[in-house]
Amino acid sequence: MDKFSGKIWVLGDDIDTDIIIPTEYLALKTVDDMKPYAFSPLRPELAGQISEGDIIVAGKNFGCGSSREQAPEIIKALGIKCVIAKSFARIFFRNSFNNGLLLIENEDLHDVVSEGDNITVHVNNYIEHQEKKYPIAELPQNLVDIVNAGGLVKAMRKLNGLD
Amino acid sequence: MGKTIIEKIIKNNTGIDAKPGDIVTVNVDRVMIHDIFIPFVASKFEEMGFKKLWDPDKVVLIYDHLVPASQVDDTRHFKVGNEFAEKYGMKNVHRSDGICHQLMTEALYVKPGNIVFGTDSHTTTYGCVGAFSSGIGYTEMASILGTGTMWVKVPETIKVSITGKLPDNVMAKDIILKLIGDLGADGATYKALEFTGDTVENMTVASRMSMSNMAIEAGAKCALFTPDEKTAEYCEIELDDKQKDLVGDADAVYCREICYKAEDFVPVMACPSNVDHVEPVKDIEGKEIDQVFIGSCTNGRLEDLMAAASILKGKHVASFVKLIVTPASRKIYRQADENGTLKILADAGAMITHPSCGLCCGRTGGILTDGEVVVATNNRNFLGRMGTSKVEIYLASPKTAAACAIAGKIVTPQ
Repeated sequence: MDKFSGKIWVLGDDIDTDIIIPTEYLALKTVDDMKPYAFSPLRPELAGQISEGDIIVAGKNFGCGSSREQAPEIIKALGIKCVIAKSFARIFFRNSFNNGLLLIENEDLHDVVSEGDNITVHVNNYIEHQEKKYPIAELPQNLVDIVNAGGLVKAMRKLNGLD
Repeated sequence: MGKTIIEKIIKNNTGIDAKPGDIVTVNVDRVMIHDIFIPFVASKFEEMGFKKLWDPDKVVLIYDHLVPASQVDDTRHFKVGNEFAEKYGMKNVHRSDGICHQLMTEALYVKPGNIVFGTDSHTTTYGCVGAFSSGIGYTEMASILGTGTMWVKVPETIKVSITGKLPDNVMAKDIILKLIGDLGADGATYKALEFTGDTVENMTVASRMSMSNMAIEAGAKCALFTPDEKTAEYCEIELDDKQKDLVGDADAVYCREICYKAEDFVPVMACPSNVDHVEPVKDIEGKEIDQVFIGSCTNGRLEDLMAAASILKGKHVASFVKLIVTPASRKIYRQADENGTLKILADAGAMITHPSCGLCCGRTGGILTDGEVVVATNNRNFLGRMGTSKVEIYLASPKTAAACAIAGKIVTPQ
């Protein structure tokens, strides 16, 4: 996970969890059942267009709204490698790392990219877009520990002596 | 150096003099799980390999979003919840008593100074009694159920001072909407809000609850009020010294201080489709509406229903307007029945529903379609929240909502 490249989808500010997955689909049995409805209030066609390894680049406050953990789970299930945004809402931030979805904060990238561009992410270091580098911060150690364990469920299984 | 309220709560819980930015592990006093997420919590808990709850008495399960079931699959959530409660010895289960955030304080589960987590973003509500409470996802909830602990980053605090007397027809809802408009939807992200000043001291606990409930709409991690005699009465306790001391010290460090004069507030609305898109009602008067919703964990309390009734008494809603009133709990429903509020509302043409989340989460009881306009007292106006993505949702106080129902259009309450 040190370095990866992908095609980007560009979304705006305040992409809330009702947009990521509307409440009416939350009682479907599995995340795969919910997946086709991702982002449907805003861009109904988007879920069908995303391919494995793509990256979302968004504005500020991505994931604001409810605590529904299906939001990061669905983004991960769609094959999105990571979400890069100007900022993230706090519950979404925790939920993402707990489920092994990488989030990266960067103030500048969103203003210069276009949908369909390719970028390369050097984790804990910088993002490369059209030969320009955008520095990114290092993740706190407790989040690295959760990600390294493979998510919070696996970290707890280890605690309980199961893995 | 002095401490903010959240720094004091964390010190009392952990013994650590933590400062903003520090990551600490806290001991959780109480958790709340609601019906939508219980199947996911249950499966994660077992996948993690836990055999028992850290303390069954500290776990509260509340059915509210899906009550009564409106889709066949909703019943699975109740079945899984009942089995989980039975298997792990949980006694605190509410199957139709009202909305989780109302019940957690009303049913005395949360006390001043407690640290509480819930599987719902509006868990910030319990800051109304001086508790640090915040929303989390179901995976983290499962880990707390096993361990009783949770890591938190100590937040910076924004201090909000409000002094003076509110004008007539301005409610706590107008204050919190104005604040969210001023802060922006991410203006308090990762931060604590701390409310102070004689205006909030003079408020009821119910009004404080409307404000702490909506703090998440500015991204806040929690929203704290200093516990006082009203808090003690509401929580049915005597405040101990630590609880009395939950006030921001004069030399505490705040990342931002915001001061309002109560006299300057006017009735406002959050316009489609962001909660921070806040305008004075007088600037959007005249827009025709199809429906009004008075309820939710933000504004479904007795004082909210009575405020709406004070506007609706002896009048009738416009012929083309559907007015839906949903009390936040069974206790409130009964109180509003006993004091005549429900009769006033029904006489004015309101449909009064069972206590639950109801229309707020767009699952049941009055969903709308393309081109329709709703004035609602709840906390979110996001795209698709109450029906299709082409429904326009305006968030307002119960008084404003009631006035709009009579007029059939957006008007300022008089």
